[in-house]
Amino acid sequence: MSDELAVSINGADKVFNQGEADEVAALSGIDLDIQPGEFVSLIGPSGCGKSTLLRLIGDLLEPTAGEVTVFGKSAHEARMDQDYGMVFQHAGLFDWRKVSANIELPLELRGWSKADRSTRSQEMLDLVKLPDFGGHYPRQLSGGMQQRVSIARALSFEPKLLLMDEPFGALDEMTREHMQIELLRIWEETGTTVVFVTHSIPESAFLSNRVVVLSPRPGRVHSIIDVDLGKRTEETREDPAFFATATEIREALRSVEVGQ
Amino acid sequence: MTRPRWAAVWPPLSVGVGGLVLWELAIIIFDIKEFLLPKPSSIVEELFAEWAVLRHAGWETGRIAFSGLVLGVIAGVTLAFVTNRFRSLNEGLTPLAVAVNATPIVALAPIFNAWFGITGVVSNQAVVMAVVFFPVFINTAKGLTEVHPDEIELMRSYAASEWTILREVRIPNALPFFANALRVVAPLSVIAAIVAEYFGGPQDRIGNVITSNAAFARYDVAWAAIAVASAFGLALFAGAVLIERLSTPWRMATQVEIINNKPGRGK
Ligand SMILES: Nc1ncnc2c1ncn2[C@@H]1O[C@H](COP(=O)(O)OP(=O)(O)OP(=O)(O)O)[C@@H](O)[C@H]1O
Ligand SMILES: [Mg+2]
Repeated sequence: MSDELAVSINGADKVFNQGEADEVAALSGIDLDIQPGEFVSLIGPSGCGKSTLLRLIGDLLEPTAGEVTVFGKSAHEARMDQDYGMVFQHAGLFDWRKVSANIELPLELRGWSKADRSTRSQEMLDLVKLPDFGGHYPRQLSGGMQQRVSIARALSFEPKLLLMDEPFGALDEMTREHMQIELLRIWEETGTTVVFVTHSIPESAFLSNRVVVLSPRPGRVHSIIDVDLGKRTEETREDPAFFATATEIREALRSVEVGQ
Repeated sequence: MTRPRWAAVWPPLSVGVGGLVLWELAIIIFDIKEFLLPKPSSIVEELFAEWAVLRHAGWETGRIAFSGLVLGVIAGVTLAFVTNRFRSLNEGLTPLAVAVNATPIVALAPIFNAWFGITGVVSNQAVVMAVVFFPVFINTAKGLTEVHPDEIELMRSYAASEWTILREVRIPNALPFFANALRVVAPLSVIAAIVAEYFGGPQDRIGNVITSNAAFARYDVAWAAIAVASAFGLALFAGAVLIERLSTPWRMATQVEIINNKPGRGK
């Protein structure tokens, strides 16, 4: 039926340091399909393998068993085609590049012209509400500001698949809510597919079409919760349907923690 | 920008000049014997009187120190790149280099004299090179490898090649490490050259001028030679600091780094 899935994971296992004393079974039997244009969150207790799953999708790790397909290609081919944008919890800006040069780095690697690059980096700086900071070095910015730059960098080239690992963890509540709205706006405008790791129940409910709840050791898909809250606005956060979804996610997480 | 720089120059300058005046006065007041510690004024006098000899000696030693420094830096950086390319080599070599670096390499000078001949420049150049090589190699290799894993993953997610990662991440990451090493080894090269000269060789170099004049109780000339060597060492250090500032502008722009690296500079 589905002609081309954005992400298709079939029976993926990941074991770290297999056969050694420090062997860790991080993921086991993961099956997950993500439609193009979908916004999917991964949530679960710490250490359950969320980051590992994200890295499998991004071809930064190879599955021990099973396979990962992205836009009908292997994850490796998708990476070589530069389909991915990544944001980590740690901003990961390059100290030696000024803020605008950091945002322009992926554009440089794609061979954009200098003029196009600087136009785009200024657009992105406006978007993340840092219009005057292009000429600063990252260390001259606060942690939250750095994180916004790193998001601007990932969005600058409109990746087909955006992989985000707790990107808003370092932000204050107000900035966080603002960035959520902005992220959704960009997501709607560009039609990109997003896989988003978070620890926050309200965040996963607010952002996602579907929330994937993982159970730990080894990580498995415990349940997938469909979220249908229509178009998100600031009012959504006070919508009873929003609270109902959050409760549903919370209960799933509880049963995971209890070890079901 | 200009004002704080001047403000930073004044304290050491006044302490230096004040120290020299105190030194001079102390010798006059306490009647300290010339062979124990000559007056700064008599050292300056000898500096002019023996200028021809000192200038020649300074040139000879300076060129050994400088060429040894340059060769040692080139060798250290080159090997750092090679070991970065071949990780298994890195695992074997780095602990060895750290161990060798902890040994007093200048003590090898007599042996180098036996290997390379005592009359030429090669033996002492080799001592300087060996002293310079290890810190440069160890630090540069560290800077090339100790990159935050997220930064490598990010570059890989852009499908960047190893070569691009080297150019865009590893080399800039290694620059501060390299600059730190350079600041340490630049004055060290002068020390190594002079100590190597203490073990013999041609008589027209700073180390030999110091030993022979000290042997004839002409301590003020020996001190004048030391002053020449100090000036050269300081010049090399200043050069290293300049290279550091030009090559790592982002560190100069961030307060925290300045505090970490320049204790005593304050604001
Ligand atoms: N590179 C690695 N080598 C060995 N073990 C690893 C590695 N990366 C992760 N692990 C292990 O795999 C498991 C899952 O780790 P992962 O980082 O994916 O968890 P997570 O769900 O992202 O946790 P958190 O919410 O704390 O970020 C953990 O037990 C961890 O110790
Ligand atoms: Mg994680």
